[in-house]
Amino acid sequence: MSSKVPPDLKFAKSHEWLRLTGETGVVGITDHAQNELTDIVFVELPALGRKVKAGEPCAVVESVKTASDIYSPVSGEVIEINKAVSDNPALTNSDPYGAGWFFKLKIATPAEADALLSPADYSKQIGQ
Amino acid sequence: MLKRTPLFAAHQRLGGRLVEFGGWEMPVQYSTIVDEHLAVRRAGGLFDISHMGEVMVSGIGALAFLNRLLTNDAARLDVGQGQYTLMCNEKGGVVDDLYLYRLAEQDYLLIINASRIDEDVSWIQKQRATVPDRAGTKLENQSDSLGAVALQGPLVRAFIDKVFPGPFTGGHPVAHASDLKKNQISGTIFLGAMAWIGCTGYTGEDGFEVIAPGAVLEDVWTQLLAAGHAHRLQPAGLGARDTLRTEVCYPLYGHELDAQTSPIEAGLGFFVSLDKGPFIGREILAQQKLHGTTRKCIAFKMTDKSAPPRPGYAIWGSGADASKIGVVVSGTQSPCLNIGIGLGYVPAELAQAGSPIEIEIRERRSPAVIVAKPIYRKEPAST
Repeated sequence: MSSKVPPDLKFAKSHEWLRLTGETGVVGITDHAQNELTDIVFVELPALGRKVKAGEPCAVVESVKTASDIYSPVSGEVIEINKAVSDNPALTNSDPYGAGWFFKLKIATPAEADALLSPADYSKQIGQ
Repeated sequence: MLKRTPLFAAHQRLGGRLVEFGGWEMPVQYSTIVDEHLAVRRAGGLFDISHMGEVMVSGIGALAFLNRLLTNDAARLDVGQGQYTLMCNEKGGVVDDLYLYRLAEQDYLLIINASRIDEDVSWIQKQRATVPDRAGTKLENQSDSLGAVALQGPLVRAFIDKVFPGPFTGGHPVAHASDLKKNQISGTIFLGAMAWIGCTGYTGEDGFEVIAPGAVLEDVWTQLLAAGHAHRLQPAGLGARDTLRTEVCYPLYGHELDAQTSPIEAGLGFFVSLDKGPFIGREILAQQKLHGTTRKCIAFKMTDKSAPPRPGYAIWGSGADASKIGVVVSGTQSPCLNIGIGLGYVPAELAQAGSPIEIEIRERRSPAVIVAKPIYRKEPAST
């Protein structure tokens, strides 16, 4: 099954996406990641105001079978979390780039975003 | 190098996601675990269980030997009947749990766990060497030549006869496979090979397990999938097999059972027959049946929305001054109940259904309640 890789996002090797808007960024997990996990039954999001570092585990998604850590693609402060996805974790499966987003960051080090994968590089990583 | 079953190519063609399980490369799922789980509860699922082991025990001494080796009473089996039973060590710990079928007057088939084949076979050989009538007890490990599939679900009885029209020439005498009742087994010739159809399973649903030589297993698989297509039969993987058995609280070796755990602690005293004469582990198991055990296997349900419980998580008593009382051995999100469920061990005096407990999930404690087994019970069929 081919996974969607939107052209306007940046990607972490660990399968998170980042949508940049000025100094803020929205984070979620990729279509490929939700395909691999299947049946997401629980999402644990970071606390509001938490300062996270790039590559730091800051959320957990649980499928029926396993728990997986989610890593922040960049450093920053959590300024918004998606309550809808913790109430209805299946949104991660049905709309990973839209309603299934996880949290919003005020980005601390914009240069970190430049180091993330382009859609083309991420597609290559997942063998597409 | 992981071992592959005779159905490996079939799993690849169906898009099965293959993972390591007990040294085998097995499909964990084809669509999703929840989808396959619900298919088995509502219609039917077909599982490859060829990784499981098959050992034949036969001869004039077979019955006496098996009754010394296993906890349940093999003498209660008529030809064509099977029983769940356990193999214990001298301390009452479980070497393996298994299904024992009596195929003919002096022929018995043991279906053992994939991860335990080597230990079981050497344990059985060692025990055989100690019995005086060992010359009359033949052992044959057929795990490499035999494969098996499990056909499970409320609708599977409707089409099994299409694939196995009979006649049934071994085991329990039946006209049709669909006439088999719980724990009965019957043999028929399928593409020139002997196939055994036992009415049993590991899901809490009606269904059958088919044991046949690896050479014809792909035909069994393909024909069952084709015959069941109109009845919404789906291939199902080990992921759904695990969630299905957890909902109905069937033990899995390495989780609820191990060499340090007795069947009595696990709540399997029903399958330990004290009145059949001596068997390995009997003294301790008799004591435990009489005086109880210090710990017991409980089933629980999360009471609030939480992350699913997982094996290894700590179980706490309820309340601010509560302490750690036990450990989770199986846990998942129940696809039927849509809440976290699990099995675990706690001190026997705390193992009351209805008691509140807490499960520690990533350093936070979430409320749960001990429930009677099974956690999920099928509603009576509507008329």
